[in-house]
Amino acid sequence: MKERKVSLGLLLRLGIGLLVLAFFAYRFYGVLARQAYGAETWARLAISGLIIGSVYAVIALGYTLVYGILFMINFAHGEVMMIGAFAGYFVLEAFAASGFSARQPVLAILITFLAGMTVSMLVGISLERIAYRPLRGAPRLVPLISAIGASIFLQNAAQLMFGSMRRTYSNPPALERNVGWVLDVAGKPVSITYTGVLTFAFSVVLMIGLYLLVQRTRLGRAMRAVAENKEAAALMGVDVDRVIANTFAISGVLAGAAGVMWGLHNGIIYHYVGFIPGLKAFTAAVLGGIGNIPGAMLGGIVLGIAESLAPAVLDMPFQLKDVLAFAVLVLVLIFRPTGILGEVLAEEKV
Amino acid sequence: MALLEVHNIHTYYDHIHALKGISFELDRGEIVALIGANGAGKTTTLNTISGLRHPREGSIIFDGQPIHHLPAHEIVQLGIAQVPEGRKIFSRLTVMENLDMGAFTRRDRAGIQEDLERVFKLFPRLKERRNQLGGTLSGGEQQMLAIARALMARPRVLLLDEPSMGLAPILVESIFQTITEISQQGMTILLVEQNANMALSVAHRAYVLETGRIVLSGPAAEVRENPQVRAAYLGEA
Repeated sequence: MKERKVSLGLLLRLGIGLLVLAFFAYRFYGVLARQAYGAETWARLAISGLIIGSVYAVIALGYTLVYGILFMINFAHGEVMMIGAFAGYFVLEAFAASGFSARQPVLAILITFLAGMTVSMLVGISLERIAYRPLRGAPRLVPLISAIGASIFLQNAAQLMFGSMRRTYSNPPALERNVGWVLDVAGKPVSITYTGVLTFAFSVVLMIGLYLLVQRTRLGRAMRAVAENKEAAALMGVDVDRVIANTFAISGVLAGAAGVMWGLHNGIIYHYVGFIPGLKAFTAAVLGGIGNIPGAMLGGIVLGIAESLAPAVLDMPFQLKDVLAFAVLVLVLIFRPTGILGEVLAEEKV
Repeated sequence: MALLEVHNIHTYYDHIHALKGISFELDRGEIVALIGANGAGKTTTLNTISGLRHPREGSIIFDGQPIHHLPAHEIVQLGIAQVPEGRKIFSRLTVMENLDMGAFTRRDRAGIQEDLERVFKLFPRLKERRNQLGGTLSGGEQQMLAIARALMARPRVLLLDEPSMGLAPILVESIFQTITEISQQGMTILLVEQNANMALSVAHRAYVLETGRIVLSGPAAEVRENPQVRAAYLGEA
């Protein structure tokens, strides 16, 4: 009886998989046969995918860090990023008005990032303190609902404080959007924007920094110990609550940096700006294997490139890229719920 | 004055009254065994001392200082380390990292290095496997690591919870030999065991626990000769 059920599910999954693959191959063949896009378009798509993917990766790390320690999805994480984006926005506005941005662009950008990261860090810490810590030890669904509530609260708070209009980041003149180096691909120009390079480079720096923090420092070791067994970590003298607060602080710093990068590179922010990138980064974290740090990095980059290329590959309108990104989430959950680098956590962690 | 005094502690799990007024003491340099069946409250007693649980009534005095209201991480710092039931080593940390975790509260580099050499001398196997992940060790090696990790805190009292659990008889022998060795170096040890025979052979004194109460206590040799203990815990008729 039981065996038949299993084989039926497997058959179903196989069927869906073949269908998806066949569809994929059919559409891609059509695109190639028509030569719908030249090499320069593919290059452009890949580059923009890589850039947006690196931002997803940085946000995804925040989901994965918190999940690794508390086994909960911090659904308010996208809003932490949004608040960071706003903090950076106001700092840049002031700098632009005073002319500081034009005189000292490097310093201005640096301070903008610091402001975004610090504010997001404080939001992350408060979130844990107010919305999650009182629910420690409650069934896992409870903090999840609290997270959704916190997300709605932060969105509405931002709307009340900042209004619902879209605001444009005032980049320093030296870091104008859509300006950059121009490459020559098959005789056509492909531009690589300065903001894009900054975003990608800073994302890589953050990822390396986080990796070193987790692997090489005392706090990192304590975080890994708490992730594995809170009671055993406490018996080693680790203040578990403090490590959890630090984890939220670190994931807030990353979200704040991502928010400022989002503003600098994409230009427009509003109270809802964290929602979709938050969901995408969550998808990326699941794709890479939730709880796994290199997985979140890989998942972010892969998702960014995939969503950027997919509409072209599947010969679909580019507006469908969000749909395709979330289709990835569905497919991962069907075929490999543990993600690309996911470990088998199920038994040991519950 | 005893190093560790437990006075009439009552510990609850929600509505379950797990410890119903337990009192005992631990003198410097002693090995004291707590024996009893499953569910008697042995692990709860250790966790209450370690601060993972807090007693609703009663007090725990360590070296003259009440500690029953302190969180677990502060109690380690005062000098009470626990080797938890089921070892609970960090399987995704290397052996070295596990040992570093043991010394988490310490800052004295030289002292940590000294203790590291001491535990490697006690357990040469761990030195060979220092860069392996904890999860790849065998059960016996994991128990060695759990004890070594606790020693890295340089505790004044070592709480051992079921060190014989799940180990082959020959490994049990060697673990208990090590416990005796550690004791001879001056450590005060509170040993919780279901393997009453082994525990009573190394302990100086023993307490017998039954459903949250101490029903018998005395020098280990005397407890061992008690007819009820022999029938209930030593498998003798």
